[in-house]
Amino acid sequence: MGTRPRTPHESTEGAGVLDRDPALLAVALDQTTHDAEEAHWTPAKIAIWGGISLLGGLSWVMLAVVRGETVNAIWFVFAAVCTYLIGYRFYSNYIQKHLLRPDDRRATPAEYKADGKDYAATDRRVLFGHHFAAIAGAGPLVGPVLAAQMGYLPGTIWIIVGVVLAGAVQDYLVLFFSMRRGGRSLGQMARDELGKVGGTAALIATLAIMVIIVAILALVVVNALAASPWGVFSVGMTIPIALLMGCYLRFFRPGKVTEVSIIGFVLLLAAIVGGGMISNTEWGAAFFHVDPLPLAIGIIIYGFVAAILPVWLLLAPRDYLSTFMKIGTIGMLAIAIIIVRPEISVPAFSEFTANGGPVVSGSLFPFLFVTIACGALSGFHALIASGTTPKLIEKERQTRFIGYGGMLMESFVAIMALVAAVSIDRGIYFAMNSSPALTGGTVEGAVAFVNSLGLTGVNLTPDMLTQTAKDVGEASIVSRTGGAPTLSVGLAHIMQQVAGGSGMMAFWYHFAIMFEALFILTAVDAGTRVARFMLQDSLGNFFPKFKNTSWRAGAWLTTGIMVLAWGAVLIMGVTDPLGGINTLFPLFGIANQLLAAIALAVCMAIVAKRGMFTYLWIVALPLAFAAVVTISASFLKIFSTVPAVGYFAQNRVFSEALAAGETSFGTAKTVAAMEAVVRNTMVQGILSVLFVVLAIIVMVTAIQATWRSWKSRDFGTNEDPAVPSQMFAPSGFLPTPAEKELGASWEAQARLEKPGKAKR
Amino acid sequence: MNTVELLKKGARDLAWFVKGVMGEDAYDKYRAHHESRHPGADATPVLTEREFWRDQTDRQDTNPQGRCC
Repeated sequence: MGTRPRTPHESTEGAGVLDRDPALLAVALDQTTHDAEEAHWTPAKIAIWGGISLLGGLSWVMLAVVRGETVNAIWFVFAAVCTYLIGYRFYSNYIQKHLLRPDDRRATPAEYKADGKDYAATDRRVLFGHHFAAIAGAGPLVGPVLAAQMGYLPGTIWIIVGVVLAGAVQDYLVLFFSMRRGGRSLGQMARDELGKVGGTAALIATLAIMVIIVAILALVVVNALAASPWGVFSVGMTIPIALLMGCYLRFFRPGKVTEVSIIGFVLLLAAIVGGGMISNTEWGAAFFHVDPLPLAIGIIIYGFVAAILPVWLLLAPRDYLSTFMKIGTIGMLAIAIIIVRPEISVPAFSEFTANGGPVVSGSLFPFLFVTIACGALSGFHALIASGTTPKLIEKERQTRFIGYGGMLMESFVAIMALVAAVSIDRGIYFAMNSSPALTGGTVEGAVAFVNSLGLTGVNLTPDMLTQTAKDVGEASIVSRTGGAPTLSVGLAHIMQQVAGGSGMMAFWYHFAIMFEALFILTAVDAGTRVARFMLQDSLGNFFPKFKNTSWRAGAWLTTGIMVLAWGAVLIMGVTDPLGGINTLFPLFGIANQLLAAIALAVCMAIVAKRGMFTYLWIVALPLAFAAVVTISASFLKIFSTVPAVGYFAQNRVFSEALAAGETSFGTAKTVAAMEAVVRNTMVQGILSVLFVVLAIIVMVTAIQATWRSWKSRDFGTNEDPAVPSQMFAPSGFLPTPAEKELGASWEAQARLEKPGKAKR
Repeated sequence: MNTVELLKKGARDLAWFVKGVMGEDAYDKYRAHHESRHPGADATPVLTEREFWRDQTDRQDTNPQGRCC
């Protein structure tokens, strides 16, 4: 259904189509019943929420105010969990009640479009797991590690407060609005709400952002695996393991997904153990020792091949494996942190808070907020929340648990990554995360560099670096930038205290590397595919032949274009004389936050169109913040005159040095390296300009759309028309007493109709 | 309920959850959906399990879903 104007309340209240025969069982509880249940504060409830508030408050005091010599990691867990619970119970409820007003009498797309395949009502708890597995990737594991440079507190506050007020709100809103539109994608919603200009800008921005994100994730893997024979072998083995699993599922036992995942998992563990043995042999260490550049080229070729192979052969089994590992490992890490409770000696605010340091250049504002994107506010989620999940959701009210709750869970992953990163020695942290340009890539160079930083309480010795490298089974840990190796050292450090002792550290280290590489490679493969389809769709407007997605040559050509695009950025990062990840990671964060700003801008236009200006601030607040952060970060990257911060400033300094005939400048030791810096900074600068211009276009069109709605008072909606629902399901993780009662009646009825087939 | 029963139920629930999250119950859901739409013997043939899973991955070929970062 198109744009027939409807008053916002018509769809929720008084729409005759939703009236249900009172003789039938109800498909929804009254709003008054929900309100009464909420307002009913039993002494037990008061005690529980009082306890949660007190514990949360105490934890924040321990983290932010007391902050003695050391602080125990358990306070991070309590501060996070208590804040999430309060945010979920009160703020998301407020959004539900006043802004979104879900109506469980309406059927969801999973019900009215049910086809048993793409649209299928899925139990809320299962869908929560699904959705979480789709949104959580390497992002929340990497960003917090890099931001640990600024001390533990800035990152902790941003991750926890940011998710409650921004990230989870975005996910919840996008999921809800997409569900009301039959599962329409963010791009389609942008076109519907913002018109052609805004919609096109959003599409180009999404495509460009996709390229950047895939490239930088690939860079993280290259940095983690380069010169690591163990890592190269075990991660490389995931390819034959996935192929084997794919064939098993296709030809031998179709549909036995859990079984094949367990087989794959066991093989994976064997690959990790085998990698240790092989890297100890002379030939293994030589054969699997790959330098960054050939490794990057290998990943580019892999990306192309993986994206054109049929899904069943590589992507689907890899996906199963990565879901299995993701949920298992994250659960394991949470339990380990609670058992081990490491003492953290990193200061709350480090020496690098104000002006940046060797890991992240630039001041806390705005660069903290772009370094940690996933975990606090991640625009990429808007693509997932307007993809599969809205087509599977059973009841409208469940969007809160899945959208808002799912994002809280990812935020918790980010907190755990932060804890793992700050639990390792600070000297080791800086030795690992400073670029080879600063440390020279040697133990002596790293020790000299880190000790010259003048960090309080840090006294790095060469022995500490060689011993840690030996413990984790690597030749060296100096300048292993990108976040993944640091996280893995932290995770190994925590896990060996639970299982295996220091002898197991190498295993846990490579387990963690494998875990991250696995879902990064899945994201690379899937991202390339999605980008290819987007490109084909866009090209199809000019050359209709491209619309036919089963046209082989077209598919290969567009896949090739997308792979070359991210491959170029990857090569640029790998060969960058300035260190690569430090210069490129801000671009990743900015891109991700700009996508969030685009998603929130679309949500704002929708809310305005519904005529709900009183509660517009719920969207406008995170949108304004994301806009300020990303635009100011982009502007600093474009206009700053400080070479370490501004891409063009850096470009100018190196160009001038070249013009003056110098043959080495700063960390670039040759003319070729200097030319590479000039080239790279120009590309990065142009990308920053592109992103910020596109995002400003989208935001301006969203503000225009909002203003039009305010001015004309011509409210309406692009929602699909309401269809009455014929089923009932509770909305939260645990059913409320009233929901339980109604659920029991439904179950009794089902038993009557189908004796012996009692459903869960 | 005694402990053994409780443990059994816990294990069953866990298996149900894992299978659901991994997507293993997709065929059962498809069958249930098909039967509810076409009760009794029906002319439209149900996809066999093997056909269904092939169809499922083949549909992903033309309609890929992104994974997050």
